Amino acid sequence: MATEAHGSESSLVFHPMDQFKVTPLFGDGPVHWYTITNVTLWMAIAVVGVILLLVVGSRGRAVVPSKGQSIAELTYGFVYKMLEEVTGKDAVKYFPYVMTLFIFIVFSNMLGLLPLSFTTTSHIAVTGVLAVLVFLFVTILGFVKNGSKFLALFWVSSAPMAVRPLLAVIELISYFVRPVSHSIRLAGNMMAGHAVIKVFAGFAPIILFSGIGVVVTPVSILAITGMYALEILVAFIQAYVFTILTCVYLKDALHPAH
Amino acid sequence: MATQTHGAEVVDAAHGAAEAGMPQLDFATFPNQIFWLLVTLVVIYFVLSKIALPRISAVLAERSGTIMNDIAAAEELKLKAKEAEAAYDAALAEAKAQAQQIAGETRAAIQADLDAATAKADAEISAKAAESAKAIDEIRAGAVDSVKEVAKETAKELVAALGTTADARTVTAAVTARMKG
Repeated sequence: MATEAHGSESSLVFHPMDQFKVTPLFGDGPVHWYTITNVTLWMAIAVVGVILLLVVGSRGRAVVPSKGQSIAELTYGFVYKMLEEVTGKDAVKYFPYVMTLFIFIVFSNMLGLLPLSFTTTSHIAVTGVLAVLVFLFVTILGFVKNGSKFLALFWVSSAPMAVRPLLAVIELISYFVRPVSHSIRLAGNMMAGHAVIKVFAGFAPIILFSGIGVVVTPVSILAITGMYALEILVAFIQAYVFTILTCVYLKDALHPAH
Repeated sequence: MATQTHGAEVVDAAHGAAEAGMPQLDFATFPNQIFWLLVTLVVIYFVLSKIALPRISAVLAERSGTIMNDIAAAEELKLKAKEAEAAYDAALAEAKAQAQQIAGETRAAIQADLDAATAKADAEISAKAAESAKAIDEIRAGAVDSVKEVAKETAKELVAALGTTADARTVTAAVTARMKG
């Protein structure tokens, strides 16, 4: 899009990161916390998508489901099974939280693949809050459920006594790094793929300016197509990874023993 | 929210840095994103926990219940079918036995009738035969008497023809002796 905007200039213009700008939806003022921005718009679209899929899709309540209801049930079963298998049967009462995370991330990732859209999950502010919410929830739940026994998570009782203090330090660090890796993995994946697609998109119109475009333009378009396919996969896989890691952390909170 | 209070300069500086690099590190937009994210999460959470998830879980439970019921009903019907088959087999066996019995009885009755008729016929035949034998004996006895008579007469005639007479008693004795011989 950047190139189109600057089409009158007789050179290529790359703005691969422009797509991630947070801008007010109405007017051009500063971005306050309450300002209605493109973030608001695309999160609202995600909410509408969730409602369409899970509420409107399941409104028939049919024993023999329609297509929409089947997809809603598949989504439900996918996350429910993941939680049950990874975390255990006693974790199903946290299913609504896990489902909220998964459905929000998967919708944001997929909506971000629409041309001209804004990917909310490509922002570290968003994924960071998600990861910190999981981190706080899991840590508090761990102490509430197990009391001081939750600290056994850091005390590797299967290791020799001599190395246990060292392991405890490593475990402690890795515990606190969790939200960082948890959030950067998601935002980084989303951002990188979108930026790469944008760079190829910047190269695509070169045929208008230079003879070398005869080669570069088709290659760029093919690359965009290939990246787009990959990004669809990544959009789903990253939502899955975020959710399954949440399940793993939840398991640590419920059963801290190694 | 923190960024807001810092004043326009800091915000502008952040904007400047972000424009050069990543909009993701434009901290001025963080409060906005975080606020709308929390709103979104709360909305999704309530939509899911109040409407979507209970509904889908109810549908899934209902489906598994229906399937269980259908399987149970099928099992019951299968049992009924087996019972019906057993009853049919029993009825068939009984009918066969009855048929055999009736056939046996009928055969026995026919046999009895036949035997009675045969016995009656035999009796009649033997009676007739006895009567006939008696008649034949009478006839034979009559014939022997006649032969004696004729023989006596003939013997008397013969004696007379030879010129002598013989009394009847001698002739009779001679004839009788001859007849025995």
